[in-house]
Amino acid sequence: KPHTDSVKPNHGSPQAKGDKTNGSDFGYVGIDAILEQMRRKAMKQGFEFNIMVVGQSGLGKSTLMNTLFKSKVSRKSVQPNPEERIPKTIEIKSISHDIEEKGVRMKLTVIDTPGFGDQINNENCWQPIMKFINDQYEAYLQEEINIDRKKRIPDSRVHCCIYFIPPTGHCLRPLDVEFMRRLSKVVNIVPVIAKADTLTLEERDYFKQTIREELRANGIDVYPQKEFDEDAEDRMINDKIREMIPFAVVGSDQEYQVNGKRILGRKTKWGTIEVENIAHCEFAYLRDLLIRTHMQNIKDITGSIHYETYRVRRLNESNGHFTPHPSDHPAELKTNGQHEEQPNALQANGVAAQHEALSHEM
Amino acid sequence: MDAIMLQEKLVERLLCPRVRTARQKEKQYVGFATLPNQVHRKSVKKGFDFTLMVAGESGMGKSTLVNSLFLTDLYKDRKLLNAEERINQTVEIIKHTVDIEEKGVKLKLTIVDTPGFGDAVNNNECWKPITDYIDQQFEQYFRDESGLNRKNIQDNRVHCCLYFIPPFGHGLRPVDVEFMKALHEKVNIIPLIAKADCLTPNEIKKLKDRIREEIDKFGIKVYQFPECDSDEDEEFKQLDKELKECTPFAVIGSNTVVEARGQRVRGRLYPWGIVEVENQSHCDFVKLRNMLIRSHMHDLKDVTCDVHYENYRAQCIQEMTSKLAQDNRMESPIPILPLSTPDVDTEKLIKMKDEELKRMQEMLNKMQQQMHDKEQ
Repeated sequence: KPHTDSVKPNHGSPQAKGDKTNGSDFGYVGIDAILEQMRRKAMKQGFEFNIMVVGQSGLGKSTLMNTLFKSKVSRKSVQPNPEERIPKTIEIKSISHDIEEKGVRMKLTVIDTPGFGDQINNENCWQPIMKFINDQYEAYLQEEINIDRKKRIPDSRVHCCIYFIPPTGHCLRPLDVEFMRRLSKVVNIVPVIAKADTLTLEERDYFKQTIREELRANGIDVYPQKEFDEDAEDRMINDKIREMIPFAVVGSDQEYQVNGKRILGRKTKWGTIEVENIAHCEFAYLRDLLIRTHMQNIKDITGSIHYETYRVRRLNESNGHFTPHPSDHPAELKTNGQHEEQPNALQANGVAAQHEALSHEM
Repeated sequence: MDAIMLQEKLVERLLCPRVRTARQKEKQYVGFATLPNQVHRKSVKKGFDFTLMVAGESGMGKSTLVNSLFLTDLYKDRKLLNAEERINQTVEIIKHTVDIEEKGVKLKLTIVDTPGFGDAVNNNECWKPITDYIDQQFEQYFRDESGLNRKNIQDNRVHCCLYFIPPFGHGLRPVDVEFMKALHEKVNIIPLIAKADCLTPNEIKKLKDRIREEIDKFGIKVYQFPECDSDEDEEFKQLDKELKECTPFAVIGSNTVVEARGQRVRGRLYPWGIVEVENQSHCDFVKLRNMLIRSHMHDLKDVTCDVHYENYRAQCIQEMTSKLAQDNRMESPIPILPLSTPDVDTEKLIKMKDEELKRMQEMLNKMQQQMHDKEQ
């Protein structure tokens, strides 16, 4: 049905034009819907998170993992007859669990390192751990350069390594320094003071300060690393975190009744330590950092920085001769700025498919 | 609780660490349900990008449609060539980039225009500059991805190609078929019936059916909407079904605002009535926009990355390794780690892809022969 009231004709032509539209005139394109599309896809796919715990036997590593994820995820909980023996050499044991919360599915892998620091001679005890971490990078790299690679490369890279510092109250031990110095270069390290219920608040503060100074003095960059802060907002939040680490934690998987509430804690004759009470210990901060606020960031740093560093070293290492060579690929190529930065073009090697991960001597 | 709020809470708590806080509710709650929000926050900060190509003869309303879709005016200062000037014109590739922001989400939209396509007298292989362009973007990405510094890779790959079919004919023309066949394995093709306001509803239906038939007949692989999840609600499934049955979309675009039914809308004013672009009973513009932007933008990007790009990459690597196998002294322009002696699996894959290429080439030859015969 022709509509007669309307626009005043601008020209005498039979087809009168209406007003010209400008820019983002009324109306809504709807590009913010892409966030929802992404979210749906992420929910369908689920997430992965790989966390490693390192520290001497008896520091509460397994208990802390169970407390963090509120379920029996540690190796000890899964083993049918947990032996309390200390292994002769360091073992690396991975356990994976599929957990779900509010529709978000996660494949959580806890990597345990029994035997670390427990021997009489602990020299080079970090080597098996570095090898393991580099092996995961290698596996990812191999899949990534494959011709027929998977759509979603399974991510077994260690996202975060929690290092347990015994609550001596004085300072870091040589083993702590050696380990963290080497590993902070390949993985995100989150140091924690274990079994912090043996320290008073003053002792705790003093200990933390000393540790922070020693980390600084030894050039050890723990997570969140200052150089990877993205913008001012991140820096502000991360600065506050950096002033608080290492978190002094207490773990527990036993519940008690306190003030009419069921809480996780440790019951002693002189009181009950409430794990999630920040007046008692800093477990809640650790949990919030690792899980509720910075988990994605931890994964991003692993992927875009630690893994990329490994990849670059690997690519440079496996190519013997460095001669710049003009491409003879048929299509016209635009060189991008990246090629200028790269000092040498790379040559394909004639090496067979079997590769050793990069050496872990640092 | 979204991640920003949580971070603020963390900061709050960090500032007054000794205050006893009540934490009753979150007994069994670990908190990783905030992960999607954490990812979300990062994407909002970074923003998104999307590259859309438009192809079709001059005068199909491509520019108008793009302006209508994204509510922009990308072609303000455009000069149109006349017939004489167009005689010697070759197909060009022109990029327009515009940054759009809506509700805090930033999109860097790139429109790749292909003026000159199909306009010449002899349009043989007029799609070649277009396929070359697409390949170049893949190549660029491949190099970047294989390079040493991967921090800021620019993704210029074409995520989607809107192909405008003229409404005047009786289905696909030879140039339409050839174009789509040349591109269907490189980019997501969404065919559109342009200027649909010159057709009655019956004519549109017939044309759509005819085009769908011919797409099947010629084995053209246009972009397929992904299947609905079984756990989606009925309404969504119904909408999805309607969407699929409506392709190819018959669209109308407009740069002008007219008044219709008491409202100001984008439309075209004719003596016999007003065509409203956003009226679903007038044309499929709204369906196209919803599909392209609101529900399938991410999937279009995914299919480009996971299918088209991977095919290109596999082909590229295969070519390079076979070249290198022939001549040991040749050096690879990009770093590749594995095989000088391809193992059994890769050999099989290479053979498979070789055969596939051969088959595709045979089919194309046959078709060209058929069309050549028809014209005789």
